[in-house]
Amino acid sequence: MITLEHIEKTYRVARRNAGMGEALRALFHREYTLIPALQDVSFQVADGEMVGYIGPNGAGKSSTIKIMSGILHPDGGTCVIDGLTPWKNRREHVRNIGVVFGQRSQLWWDVPVIDSFELIRDIYQVDAAAYRRSYEELVTLLGLGDIVRTPARQLSLGQRMRCEIAASLLHEPRILFLDEPTIGLDAVSKLAVRDFIRKINQERGTTVILTTHDMQDIEALTERVLLIGKGKILLDDTLDALKARSSHTRRLQIRYTGALAACPAGTTLVSQEAGQAAFSVDTDVCPVSRAIEALSRQVEITDLTVENISAEELVVSLYEEYAI
Amino acid sequence: MRLYGRYILMHLKSQMQYKGSFFLLIFSQFLTAFSALASVYFLMQRFHRIDEFSFQEVLLCFAIVLMAFSLAECFARGFDRFPAVLANGGFDRILVRPRSTVLQVLGSQVEFTRLGRLCQATLVFCYAIPASDVVWTADRVLLLILMILSGALVFFGLFLIFAGLCFFTTEGLEFINIFTDGGREFGAYPLSVYGDGVLKFFTFVIPLALVQYYPLLYLTGRSDSLLHALSPLFAGVFLLPCFLLWRIGIRHYRSTGS
Repeated sequence: MITLEHIEKTYRVARRNAGMGEALRALFHREYTLIPALQDVSFQVADGEMVGYIGPNGAGKSSTIKIMSGILHPDGGTCVIDGLTPWKNRREHVRNIGVVFGQRSQLWWDVPVIDSFELIRDIYQVDAAAYRRSYEELVTLLGLGDIVRTPARQLSLGQRMRCEIAASLLHEPRILFLDEPTIGLDAVSKLAVRDFIRKINQERGTTVILTTHDMQDIEALTERVLLIGKGKILLDDTLDALKARSSHTRRLQIRYTGALAACPAGTTLVSQEAGQAAFSVDTDVCPVSRAIEALSRQVEITDLTVENISAEELVVSLYEEYAI
Repeated sequence: MRLYGRYILMHLKSQMQYKGSFFLLIFSQFLTAFSALASVYFLMQRFHRIDEFSFQEVLLCFAIVLMAFSLAECFARGFDRFPAVLANGGFDRILVRPRSTVLQVLGSQVEFTRLGRLCQATLVFCYAIPASDVVWTADRVLLLILMILSGALVFFGLFLIFAGLCFFTTEGLEFINIFTDGGREFGAYPLSVYGDGVLKFFTFVIPLALVQYYPLLYLTGRSDSLLHALSPLFAGVFLLPCFLLWRIGIRHYRSTGS
């Protein structure tokens, strides 16, 4: 059980203008700006839940993760995870969590991955039987087989990320924080990673908190979405509810010949290129069938698709809605 | 402690991956230390005695400090390289692991190539120990070992201060090297030769004299004060403020963006 209440965090950032003179001046007198990274952040996550934590760069995602994993001290508010305050009971707390930083490696570069795993076993003081069980399970689920006998420097990014995730789960944590786990991966590796996270959640009941910019991660994994912008939690809802908000919008794409004069009422033109156009259709004003009919009166439609709005667009529209 | 052993093993495995580079580095470390030895040699050729210490006694002193420094640099290299760990976010990883931060930073780097210097110190010992006029009783042998170990701890404390200050500045503060590398260079001669001010500084601020000059007096029979013999033990007190600074630094830590 994770409970955050009124978490506040402010960074002090030194700023100066460009130029040598300014640089010299900054040696003696620095001007600081206070950047509020987190303001009144409160939420709860139940055991075994998978939560997607989204927001643009610099919104405060990483700061929140770092507070929950005991790396940062917040300036105010409380955070209790399974009865412990992360930054006060750091050592007890971190035994129960696993953290994957997508952009940083925890594997030793020059030795086979299995050596890194065994060092991690010693760091967490996992006993031999538990380690064996956890190791076998992870190697099977992630298809690591021969990979663990290769030095980390010779692995592809996809292979390495799978090893990173395994490394964070060897001590069987109850909570897993994933900070952009699929960043830079190819499509196949992304699918493998997602599939694995889902399985771990089901089999071990691990609570998963995931930050990402890839909306397919969110769609594939999480039921609940937290949206953060400018340090504030803006939205805390299920993905389905978010989609329902936009259920009256469809995306209509057509290929056509002829001249497109005007959009039918209730539709807005999203993009138009030679012989192709995409519309966003507000079905409350104009059902899709009527929009198609109106369009076919103007031009010769050669092909058309109708789609629900994607998670990607959903997020863009959310960002726009909250002006973040 | 077992975990630290595992860390050391990992580093050995990693560094052995590049065998050629590994041995070349050890060899070059071995050679570079010669320049310091040569300067001691030429100086002593001219003056024969410095502040009543003979060449062999100065060599003894030289080897003690060199060995202490090499040990500290070999095993506390993680603190020396700490600015890089801070800058690349490696310290976040250390914080999410259920072990002491000092142990983990110690384990983050072990520089075996520094053993080259250690070899040199050993060679100098091989010459200076029999050649000096010291009567090697059991207590003097123990004292010699104690001097080396506490000397390593003093250098370790300096590295710790260096790393602790990084929390406030993010960049490394090179001025600390005046005391680490400088301490090694200064320490090549008994610290009394630099005058009273320097000796006081190295007694009360950075207690290098406690592991070098005072016990050396006892070792060479110039003094039979027990206080001089046990002074290396007092040098351990120096570690307390170092650890304190480290703790305050961690409190101050604010991580880097990712």
